[in-house]
Amino acid sequence: MNLLLVAASLAIMTTMALALARALLGPTIFDRILAVNMFGTKAVLLVAVFAFVSGRPDVLDIALLYSLLNFVGVVAALRLVERGKDYADHKKPEINKDGSNP
Amino acid sequence: MISLVIDIVLLLFLLIMAIFILRVHQLLAVAMLFGLYSLLVAGLFMVLDAPDVAFTEAAVGTGIATVLMLATIACTKVSQEKIQRKVAKTPLFICLVVGGLLMYGTHNIADLGDPEAPPHTQVAKRYIEDGQKDTGVPNLVTAVLASYRGFDTLGEVTVVFTAGIGVLLLLVRPQKIRIKGVKSAR
Repeated sequence: MNLLLVAASLAIMTTMALALARALLGPTIFDRILAVNMFGTKAVLLVAVFAFVSGRPDVLDIALLYSLLNFVGVVAALRLVERGKDYADHKKPEINKDGSNP
Repeated sequence: MISLVIDIVLLLFLLIMAIFILRVHQLLAVAMLFGLYSLLVAGLFMVLDAPDVAFTEAAVGTGIATVLMLATIACTKVSQEKIQRKVAKTPLFICLVVGGLLMYGTHNIADLGDPEAPPHTQVAKRYIEDGQKDTGVPNLVTAVLASYRGFDTLGEVTVVFTAGIGVLLLLVRPQKIRIKGVKSAR
């Protein structure tokens, strides 16, 4: 049983690494937002698995808090993108001489 | 064993993320990556058996700080960082020196959960035995926080109070103070 939990945590960490790679390399801002959300979800899972591996199920409260906060952060970022600024970074930014975006 | 593996992997993620945060110039992405960074730090605190610190780190770092940073970006015109090619030498030097000192400081630290460490053998025993007599406070935690570490708590309260005043000063709108009964000229 413990071996199963250890294997699960290793698999979750592999997924975290993949999500991290997408968050860091992501060509557009939407890739990054999705990857950050995914990474947060995996962090919740890792905390939950770790709670049972280490025999402290009260740590599950932290997992709940993480999932709530992750949601808040992603919603805030999406509200900002919704305002219509050019946040996708595949385009070269055109910055005028006075430093303002066109 | 598995907690050691989780520690190493999380620290590795932190290192990679710190380097990439330096290299990404898209401010929105940087704000979100800072949120992730803080989440990872909170995870590390949890593995180190400090759930209360993990709670605070997650709530402040991932929740409030990310939202505040995003709100600040929403108020600015430019969403790109100014790219500087030059490496600032003095801050780098200060960072390296402080990091070296911190690493040097970890040499003398007691092992995690070591029952022979001085805090467990000397201070705690004294608190439990003499706390009631010394301070006259029935609750031991209150006695430690408010009496034995009174100056420390005073400093914390001062910092929090100063931060509150600072936020209040920032939030004051630059408009005329209206006095009751007097019509403001607009």
